[in-house]
Amino acid sequence: MAMGLDFEVVDLTDTDHPEEGEQAPDFERPLVNHEYWEDTALSDLTADGPVLLLFHTMDGAFPTTYMWNEIRDRQWGHRERDDDLTVVGLSVSSPYEHKQTVQERGIEDADYRLFSDPQNGVAEQYDIAHDLDGMAGVSEPRPAVFLLDAERVIQYAWVADEWPEFPDYDAVEAAIDDL
Amino acid sequence: MSDPEITLYRLQACPFCERVVRKLEAYDLDYRSRFVEPMHSDRDVVKRISGKRTVPAMVDEATGVTMSESANIVDYLDRTYGDADETGGAA
Repeated sequence: MAMGLDFEVVDLTDTDHPEEGEQAPDFERPLVNHEYWEDTALSDLTADGPVLLLFHTMDGAFPTTYMWNEIRDRQWGHRERDDDLTVVGLSVSSPYEHKQTVQERGIEDADYRLFSDPQNGVAEQYDIAHDLDGMAGVSEPRPAVFLLDAERVIQYAWVADEWPEFPDYDAVEAAIDDL
Repeated sequence: MSDPEITLYRLQACPFCERVVRKLEAYDLDYRSRFVEPMHSDRDVVKRISGKRTVPAMVDEATGVTMSESANIVDYLDRTYGDADETGGAA
């Protein structure tokens, strides 16, 4: 149990998400940095080297805040051995909210950028869509991490099977180090 | 995917920006859109490329031109990419 709680949290249903060794589905969405957003394909990013793609809950929810703080503090993409790793997130939040997140989390200098996917189509493509209980009509990705090489082949995959659940940051970091 | 030569810095729902978009589409030009902040004071990227914080602003790498103001941009697009008939002696 990721958070060490002594009670059961919600189990999520099985998914048919892409696995290690498979090529990650390509998609194009607005990609937000601290100054502007622009339609960008995942394959545009992998063309420049490996990509860490993080699906997270909507901006403003605490797991998103905690996750970006953790990644920022670990300096993924900026350690000496990271070469040209690109780190991007994705949530259903709008580009305006993403800009605020980039500023509030202090990740603009790290060039961590966020894909905006309000209709949750990418999560559906990856079979990780999650209908939120108590928020009628709202679906978002379940927390997930995909580490891709320059051919978009998945080197490490993790998809939450409980809600809520956080990535195993040490495992992700080990996978980055193995690239 | 090759990068388009024209980059348009725009604001969502800005009529002056839509005016430029209509012209880009009329001439079937390949362009990329970069959406910036409603807050004028936060538009540092636009200031960096054009010297001003106003949108629309356009960069055309084919000609090395950067410009602001929709009337100027439309006029430029007519002169550079339009048929002689359509410029209407705008110069």
